[in-house]
Amino acid sequence: MLGFAVLAVAAIPAILLAQDTITTFITQTEAKPALAVTDFRGSGSQQFMAPFNSTLFSDLDGSGLFDMKAKSVFPLNNPQRPEDLRPSDNNQGFALADWSGTPVSASHLVFGYTAAQNGALVLYGYVYDTRQTNPQSAQLMAQRYVGSLDEAGAIHVAHEFANDIITKFGGAGSLLGSRVYFVSDRSGNSEIWAMDWDGNNQKQLTSWKSISIMPAVSPDGSRVAYTTFAKGTPRIMMLDTLTGRALPFYNQEASLNANASFTPDGKQIYYSSTASGIAQIYVAGLDGQGFRRISHRDAIEVEPKVNPKNPAQLMFVAGPSHQQIFQMNSDGAGVDRVTNGEGEAANPAWHPDGQHLAFSWTRGYATGNFNIFVMDVGSRQYLQLTHSEGRNENPCWGPDGRHIVFMSNRSGKSQIYTMLADGSQVKQLTAQGTNRFPAWGVK
Amino acid sequence: MKNYRSLFVGFLSLVVFAAGCGKKAPVPPPPPPPAQSAAPAPTTTGPQRPVVAEFAVEPSTIERGQSAVLRWNVTGSTNAAIDNGMGTVPPNGNRRVTPGDTTTYTLTAMNAIGNITATATVTVTGPAAPPPPPPSSSSRGTLESRVQSDLRDALYDYDSNNIRDDARAALTADAEALRRIFVDFPGASVAVEGHCDERGSAEYNLGLGDRRASSARDFLVQLGVPVDRLKTISYGKERPACTESDETCWQRNRRAHFSVGQ
Repeated sequence: MLGFAVLAVAAIPAILLAQDTITTFITQTEAKPALAVTDFRGSGSQQFMAPFNSTLFSDLDGSGLFDMKAKSVFPLNNPQRPEDLRPSDNNQGFALADWSGTPVSASHLVFGYTAAQNGALVLYGYVYDTRQTNPQSAQLMAQRYVGSLDEAGAIHVAHEFANDIITKFGGAGSLLGSRVYFVSDRSGNSEIWAMDWDGNNQKQLTSWKSISIMPAVSPDGSRVAYTTFAKGTPRIMMLDTLTGRALPFYNQEASLNANASFTPDGKQIYYSSTASGIAQIYVAGLDGQGFRRISHRDAIEVEPKVNPKNPAQLMFVAGPSHQQIFQMNSDGAGVDRVTNGEGEAANPAWHPDGQHLAFSWTRGYATGNFNIFVMDVGSRQYLQLTHSEGRNENPCWGPDGRHIVFMSNRSGKSQIYTMLADGSQVKQLTAQGTNRFPAWGVK
Repeated sequence: MKNYRSLFVGFLSLVVFAAGCGKKAPVPPPPPPPAQSAAPAPTTTGPQRPVVAEFAVEPSTIERGQSAVLRWNVTGSTNAAIDNGMGTVPPNGNRRVTPGDTTTYTLTAMNAIGNITATATVTVTGPAAPPPPPPSSSSRGTLESRVQSDLRDALYDYDSNNIRDDARAALTADAEALRRIFVDFPGASVAVEGHCDERGSAEYNLGLGDRRASSARDFLVQLGVPVDRLKTISYGKERPACTESDETCWQRNRRAHFSVGQ
């Protein structure tokens, strides 16, 4: 009895410490840069500036890196060029001190303008540190971007500028140009689709008129492997994301080949196959040849996912019942349950750092009511990101390591959403039909 | 007018049917014997056409597969031949024949003056009544309708592929129904589909549906259903029979279901 109490007391600090680790990872609560982003105006391009300004603001806001200051408290004058800045302006806006002081309290000022120039739209964008008194030493960024002279061009240069600011402030990786592959039934059947990371440009990639599901995207974004009933029993098919063409993939003689995922070097495919009689984990070359069975257990095993930083470590989902997340070495040894056996767990998704896992779990809810969790794999500590707004499943990290794409039926049918790793900034990307199985690629 | 026509067509088809059946086929009568052979041989010397003294078959009626003997005797010919592939024959002889159908043999004998023919017919009757044609498709139904109406789903517990008592009863009846279906549709194969309710993850449910399909398949094979006629396919939770989020619908979806195999 005494021994138990001592043990319990001794364990508390360790848990608290680990909890701090995962909380810090998720929220990154260190003081964020406070951004004042002025409304840019256009010379001969003013008609495109509303979408420009909203894109620039939402990209920066959506990164989760910044404390975005409300435009309603901005001073009267917005500088448009560095020449507009002066040492003092009596809080009218042409002095940096007007932005660092109350009520704005920004640490950084983003300003600039666009102009129609030789039939193109040119953006001049600046970022200044408002706490510097000397405008010369305050300049952090002075950039020029060129886009087409239309709304798409204005949105494009806004994305580029926002992306450069995010990179400048230490955002890991970039979302610009990244794409989300997913499954939609809006054309009548479950087909593989792709869209920009912000939900634009939704395009159908397959036309099997069957059931095509569970896409996985290669690390370089050039290939998508998916599971389809197009030829009868479920099997894996591969496509080229640039051309949409089918690429060869050899399927074993089995009633089920499914759940393909790529190794971090993009040269191998892990998948689940019933070739031995029950779904087990296999690895094969990019074309499906040279397959090799990894696991030998009398339990359903699906969703193999290799650690992006350690190709010898594999997460997967398995029974025998009440599906949980397990890990094992890539030689099949060292099988170890990662989730604690409560509820049912699914969809392990590695963070680019190879130390954290997003996954879905019914812990604390009725069977089937999945929520998104994030776990620090080393300490096994976890945090819950969604809180039973419908079913929330299939999380996948964005290339920036800050965003998660997932599916949820919170609005009725399953749709695809993004959120920040702390569960904030939830945005719905799809609305037409039922949309499921998001996978985030660098392109 | 319409009635008359259909009556006439019906009559015509009856006639055609009768003609097509070997048993009662009317055989054309042999032509009258040549006048020369019937008339007493002229006593005057001089060249004459050949004379067929005999051309007969015995027996003249056989069952299909049996044989008969053709017998002939020709005089005064330089050459004699019988058709139906027999070719030139000696003036006097016999030959065993096994025609597949009623056949009329024609003997042609010739010399420098001319030629003369005679015929003999073997009537071939069919064997004992042939097997009746298979029942029309309306009485046995289509394969799809039979699979849908005759085969019952086997239901499962959550996250399980164990064959429950009610599933055992359903599959035992299914094994008998499958036997009848395979008699009526000798080339057919039937797919055993494994399905799951909506609660588990889609990925895990593909694996679970596969286990359900193969456990139902194995049970049927134990009861004597030929394994090569059954294919398994898992739909996981991708093809639910219903979509309500309650136990009634979940139980309907936790099933092994049958469809026409591809």
